[in-house]
Amino acid sequence: MRGIAYIFGEDISTDVILPTDYTHGSTIDYKHIFDPVRPGFADEIEKGDIVVAGKNFGSGSSRESAPIAIQLAGISVVIAESFSRIFYRNAIAIGLPVITAAKITDFVSEGNEIEVNLGTGIIVNHTTGTKIEGESMPREIQSIFEAGGLIKHYKVNKGKIEIQK
Amino acid sequence: MNGHTTAEKILAKSAGLDEVWPGDHIICKVDMAMAHDMGTPSIIKYFEEMGVKEVWDPSKIVCVMDHIAPSHHVTDADSKVSIRKFIKDVGIENFYDVGSGISHNVLPEYGHIRPGELVVGTDSHTTSHGTFGAAGTGLGYTDMAYVLATGETWLRVPETIKFEFKGEFSRGVGAKDLILQIAGEYGTDFGQYKSIEYTGVPIDLMGLDDRFMFPNMSIELGAKFGFTPTDSKVTEYIDKRTDIPYKPECADENAEYIEVHKMDVSKIDPKISTPHKVGNVVGVGEVENIELDQVFIGSCTNGKFEDLKIAAEILNGNKVAKNTRLIITPASRAVYSRALKEGIIEVLIDAGAVVTNSTCGACVGRGMGIIGEGEVCLAAMNRNFRGRMGSYESEIYLSSVATAATSAITGLITDPRKEL
Repeated sequence: MRGIAYIFGEDISTDVILPTDYTHGSTIDYKHIFDPVRPGFADEIEKGDIVVAGKNFGSGSSRESAPIAIQLAGISVVIAESFSRIFYRNAIAIGLPVITAAKITDFVSEGNEIEVNLGTGIIVNHTTGTKIEGESMPREIQSIFEAGGLIKHYKVNKGKIEIQK
Repeated sequence: MNGHTTAEKILAKSAGLDEVWPGDHIICKVDMAMAHDMGTPSIIKYFEEMGVKEVWDPSKIVCVMDHIAPSHHVTDADSKVSIRKFIKDVGIENFYDVGSGISHNVLPEYGHIRPGELVVGTDSHTTSHGTFGAAGTGLGYTDMAYVLATGETWLRVPETIKFEFKGEFSRGVGAKDLILQIAGEYGTDFGQYKSIEYTGVPIDLMGLDDRFMFPNMSIELGAKFGFTPTDSKVTEYIDKRTDIPYKPECADENAEYIEVHKMDVSKIDPKISTPHKVGNVVGVGEVENIELDQVFIGSCTNGKFEDLKIAAEILNGNKVAKNTRLIITPASRAVYSRALKEGIIEVLIDAGAVVTNSTCGACVGRGMGIIGEGEVCLAAMNRNFRGRMGSYESEIYLSSVATAATSAITGLITDPRKEL
């Protein structure tokens, strides 16, 4: 995955990722993504671009509208120094790639072109010509994100998750 | 050989294994699953995509209409129409409609929580059930659709952090101040992916309403589970509400903790979280006299009976400041009803408070106390994220109920130890 990096700070909550007013029933208005801190973000980006953030990305509620809005907006992968656990889990469940990489905000600046290998976790910064290693999603539950999320996994595997040793 | 923590023992049982260790990924059987009105519409959609028409066990699922209750947009009302139809179609036995209260308070009140069990909910504050010895944690809507279809979910066994408290709280200081102190001192991500056990005499002496603060707010520290001890106060409460047998799980004496923190609660003063992070914690003295447009007392965190009682004790014979609104939301109908019978609601209303029906309401920014541009709210609730209660250009300060009620009288952030 290769795209332009957009940088966010620490503790970006699900309320900031998508304010609650933009979810009604199962309908998600992703155009308002990051409104409180970066209005117009959905129009600013190209499909495949990358969100880079500090620690505790996705803190707060269990609202799945947060990762779904990121996915609908066309972001290919989120790289953060750490993720809140429910956001991380929801990303796995809906098939949004997420990579944990300590000090990523020191390594990437706004507008850099970066490339991520989801298998190895290697992140290459093409603008600066450097690379670092991040941590991919856990291999034990690899089959979930390989299927493209939990719903697709259910259909293929008849509701049985196999834990890879 | 090391022993096991509370989380490890409950998860081993749920996975049907002799023992589990931190870092293990396991498939668990869920004992109780909760879905609310914001999550259920997506679950209905996923059921259609999965081709699933039945839930795994209608008796082990609770649905609570708490987030947007009553509806104030047609879209929300339409959502509830489809939820009520779904409940009937799949035969979910435990349905609590608008007005019943907030799920985390409703589930224990109606006997759906038992010590030693695994509870998942479509809400981050599902950690609250650790008050009753249950491993409670939040899931998203896809994960919950999977649980409702199969009764199973995958979990990573968390490491456990232990807090050992000692000392006596000083006057005007309590559970909320202590948890905010922890958020300020250790940060809001130090519990990420972990379980937290809160122990010591100050916890043992607390009633369940106050203890609830610790498992409930554990999510604000990033944690997966939070537990206070399962003692006779808990089992007496549970036994009045369920006939289903249960087996509490307590940490072994030689359990292995990743961190142990000792704190003397007598040294804590009233705390405030300043905008826009729960971890931005200061002593009340540092923000005294900030003008307040609104004071809110409510949510799963601070809408319990003991909370309303403290508010009434402070507000009795006083009036809410002229330029300040005080909004109070009892956490459940049971809390509301008891407060009504004990004369508490009358005191609150006479002081000038608006007492709403039981709902998440203002705490999730979906009604009953939204704040506008430039407004400042002091809230006895759990989160002060930017835009949480309404306008992105508003500010939320978090405090205890005592600080909130005292400040409602002055219209300014005020130390609750001050004689008014």
